[in-house]
Amino acid sequence: MSILLGRSPDRQPPGAAPAHTGSRTTRLLGGLALAGLVGLGLCAFVFSPADSRPGPEAGARIGQFDAVRLMYVHVPAAIWTYAALGACALASAVYLWHRGAWWDRLAHACAEIGVVLCAVTLLTGMIWGRPVWGTWWEWGDVRLVTTLVLFLAYAGYLALRSVPGAPEARARRSAVLGLGGAVLIPIVNRSVEWWENRTLHQQSTLEELRIEDLTLFTLVLGIFVMGAVVLWLAVHRFRVAWLEAEAESAGLQAALAERRAEAAAAEPGAGAGGSGP
Amino acid sequence: MREALLVAAKDLRIEMRSRVLLFQVAPFAVATLVLLGFALDADRSALRNFSPGLFWVAVLLTALLAAQRSVAVEHAGRAADALLLSGVGPARIFAGKALALAAQLAALEVGLGVAMVVLYDARIEHFGLAVASAAAATVGIAAAGTLYGVLAAPMGVRETLLPVMLLPVFAPVLIGATRAFGDALGTAATNGWAWFGLLGLFALVYAVFGALAYGPLLEAEA
Repeated sequence: MSILLGRSPDRQPPGAAPAHTGSRTTRLLGGLALAGLVGLGLCAFVFSPADSRPGPEAGARIGQFDAVRLMYVHVPAAIWTYAALGACALASAVYLWHRGAWWDRLAHACAEIGVVLCAVTLLTGMIWGRPVWGTWWEWGDVRLVTTLVLFLAYAGYLALRSVPGAPEARARRSAVLGLGGAVLIPIVNRSVEWWENRTLHQQSTLEELRIEDLTLFTLVLGIFVMGAVVLWLAVHRFRVAWLEAEAESAGLQAALAERRAEAAAAEPGAGAGGSGP
Repeated sequence: MREALLVAAKDLRIEMRSRVLLFQVAPFAVATLVLLGFALDADRSALRNFSPGLFWVAVLLTALLAAQRSVAVEHAGRAADALLLSGVGPARIFAGKALALAAQLAALEVGLGVAMVVLYDARIEHFGLAVASAAAATVGIAAAGTLYGVLAAPMGVRETLLPVMLLPVFAPVLIGATRAFGDALGTAATNGWAWFGLLGLFALVYAVFGALAYGPLLEAEA
């Protein structure tokens, strides 16, 4: 919890708002993520080979060719989408049980990151699908369609969160929605096994280790690097949410103090403002 | 159970008296079917083939209106507060409201089914499967609609927020019910009873989740 809070306003000297959401831990994590991204870029575009195998006809080559390089982003993004949205659902469940604002902000941060990752998954999948499947979108592919539904469901969650209202009531409604949307996560994840004949997606390559050498290494590296990026984003987003809540509360307190001062000034005999002509 | 039935009877009585379902929601449902017919260029064979999907799209769009209506009656004159003060448990209130919504949707589905047979020339080949899958889908839609309806209820943006939240949740129902009806109407070679199982699971999950989550939501509203 302390890593997520870091230099939160309640740790600042009175009256000193933090200038940023960074801390030594996040800077270290950010540096690691950046170095990982450089390494991933090198492995994906320089060291790892394109997917090309001899075809059934003499001299012909088959495979995904350079499109396979998109998998180093697509697969990690999909895995971390499940993780981020799953964490949102878990934090929502704990919020409903425990009622701590900390869990509500964690759920919010995870949902935002999950939605962005889900969009990345869909976009990279579509770009990959065009040369490999010959289409941007395939309605017959159950994983593609269920992933889109998952994206829309959590976009709805963010829409609910964006509606102004009492923080406690908004947190409770969001928690129910965040938990309810989690029903879709196992459906998306297992869809290629459950509807084997209704998908163009291959079944899990990682679980069965059907790829090897540098391609496998790059894919696993991508998963770790994406994890570091997600963690870094989550910590910062959490702190921004915390600061937003503090600012909202401070703004409310300031408005109340202003109204009280106005009321006191308007009372007869309460000073110069009240004894005017 | 008795309290849930009382809540359901209250909602149904309000609908009987206001006639909103009859004069506004039902015509909307039929108009949707007609517009979908225009969209497919009124090609009879295409309409018959796509009738399961078109029917359930019309049902889900209509369910949005019915779910909004179900919540709106509780917010007129702060009736929700009175309901809470009556001492009825949140799970029973949820069950009653979902039951009333399911009854209204079932009535609409019967009307839409007749319209589908007349307008789209659809033929029901497996009546039992059609009724069973429609019942499971209706319970699921009603449970999810009741739960999500109260989520968006007091926000002042209910009309726009509810579809954004609810339509993605309805997607599994649309897929399952369309496939099951495809088998029942003989327009698709699928195992309709397997899809009926998925619909039943969806209904069970949202009924249990709704009963558990309704309490915290009502507290947030109060």
